[in-house]
Amino acid sequence: MNSPLLQVTDLAKHYPVAGGRTLRAVNGVSFTLRAGEVLGVVGESGSGKTTLGRVVLRLTPPSAGEIVFRGQDVTHLSRRALRKVRRHMQLVFQDPYASLNPRMSVEQILAIPLQVHEPSLGRADRRSRIEEMLRTVGLFAEAADRYPHEFSGGQRQRIGIARALICRPELLVADEPVSALDVSVQAQVVNLLLDLRERLGLSILFIAHDIAVVGMISDRIAVMYLGRVVEIADTLSLFNRPRHPYTEALFSAVPDLGGRRDRILLQGDVPSPVSPPSGCPFRTRCRYAEPDCAVEVPSLVERSPGHLAACHRPELVLASPLSDVAPLPRLR
Amino acid sequence: MSAVAPSAAELPPPVLAAPSAARRPALRRFMRHRLAMFGLVAIIVLVVACALGPYLSPYGPLTIDLRHRFQPPFEGRHWLGSDQLGRDLLVRLLLAGRISLTVGFAAMGLSTAVGVVIGLVAGFYGGWVGTALMRFVDAVLSFPAIFLLLTLAALVSPGVLTITLIVALTAWMEVARVVEGQVRSLRERDFAIAAEAIGVSDAHLMLRELLPNIMAPIVVAATLNVARAILLESYASYLGYGIQPPTPSWGNMLNNAQEYLTSAPWLAIFPGAVITLAVTGFNFLGDGLRDALDPRLDVHR
Repeated sequence: MNSPLLQVTDLAKHYPVAGGRTLRAVNGVSFTLRAGEVLGVVGESGSGKTTLGRVVLRLTPPSAGEIVFRGQDVTHLSRRALRKVRRHMQLVFQDPYASLNPRMSVEQILAIPLQVHEPSLGRADRRSRIEEMLRTVGLFAEAADRYPHEFSGGQRQRIGIARALICRPELLVADEPVSALDVSVQAQVVNLLLDLRERLGLSILFIAHDIAVVGMISDRIAVMYLGRVVEIADTLSLFNRPRHPYTEALFSAVPDLGGRRDRILLQGDVPSPVSPPSGCPFRTRCRYAEPDCAVEVPSLVERSPGHLAACHRPELVLASPLSDVAPLPRLR
Repeated sequence: MSAVAPSAAELPPPVLAAPSAARRPALRRFMRHRLAMFGLVAIIVLVVACALGPYLSPYGPLTIDLRHRFQPPFEGRHWLGSDQLGRDLLVRLLLAGRISLTVGFAAMGLSTAVGVVIGLVAGFYGGWVGTALMRFVDAVLSFPAIFLLLTLAALVSPGVLTITLIVALTAWMEVARVVEGQVRSLRERDFAIAAEAIGVSDAHLMLRELLPNIMAPIVVAATLNVARAILLESYASYLGYGIQPPTPSWGNMLNNAQEYLTSAPWLAIFPGAVITLAVTGFNFLGDGLRDALDPRLDVHR
């Protein structure tokens, strides 16, 4: 298929915490993102998915590992050197209220990326680019003259997407872009992202905690738990045959109108990433855990072509949403 | 109005910057703050009187009239009486006000500018630069301001310019701390990260994204700084290290009044009262601005 746009190898982000200990927010994550591909990243809060997105964009420096973007190693680029790369990689935020500067009009907000990356653009050209972009994300051109607080959550998220895409980046990191929105608006924004991906040839790293939403938009999905990728596969393969008990539990958490499935309720919270359990990080909440699971950390192993999972019990047959329930709708 | 309180509790935590339309409630809160309104009126009256008053008076501030020495106030030709040289106290008070208020505002401007720059740089870059700057702030803060002021004043020849500089040097630290704290927390906010992801320059991030969102606490700190500067200038001048006679300032008028405290108490009472009025006026104004601009600290209800 296509050459990788983004290649991440053994990426780690550690934070020092009180008592000389270390919080391992991202702990040895590797994946590739091909041009035009949507890679979903799912996990509970605290799984390190937001940190992963920020580190990939070099908004916070990685502790270890390597990030190769468009064939260039960006792991150790200086702030100054990063500025040139930034126009090709952009970010959409979870909270459309906090991510727009309340003191600036929409035109001012959208003008900044153009001023930074296309300084030769004249005033009138800039305005027409802004209006064009607003129409592209489904807003009126006149929205340029308004302020963020005059818009609804979904509209603001469209403004955030317009800001991210106005310089035509190749990579978009969407960090929970729909979880702050009403369900009806969620679908609109997901459809918008799919549409834009098609039209602009965008690659998206789509981060969310809701595996159903991730399944709608992603070509492939990486499941994260306590800073590690525990399973990564094509969306269909993952939904057909999950290979990790955590993935099974995530599927089981999706609301189900029929109520036929037995719920797998995960006990307790995610363990602290400051003192993760020995061996398999998921074993403390895993219904299939055995004493041996506490011995060593399972590594990601290819179980079928392109389908990797990190579990000590490959023989498990896990429940899937496609086997016993009507398939989750895939948009379009 | 009682309906306002519960609905405010349901809203998401106040957005960091009240957007243009939502600034009205701040204005309304400010107008309802009686002490702040009193402070504002007192300051306006003082400024206007000091600016225009001396032109309207028949007496010059340095006009000596030995036949009318120690005139008591509210009788005779001098409204507020006259001093040991027969100079009109009211004119001297207003002229001293020009000096004292000028020093107050200029020192405020200077200290706020210095504080904002240091706070911005320290909060923005953090790391060892931020640590070094903020420990320096702590070090300067640990000197009692009045001793620092007197030490510096003893080293240079006193005058309006030097006293402004010296007062400013002892007053910028609070602003720096406020700005540093705000910048450090705002930097982590999504809109700042968004600007960083776009790749804007550090100057753009600091001046266009962060600074406009911390204007409210800066204005509050600056207002309180005027009061502080007026007080410090008065200290220094009273102790003889500030504005030198015959140029009047509220502080050196008090100094001069000491000798006649029993025989002509009005010479001390009026400058003292004006200093109190100006300082409390600015303090009330600052408190009112704080309450109006930061609804979370609303303690008056």
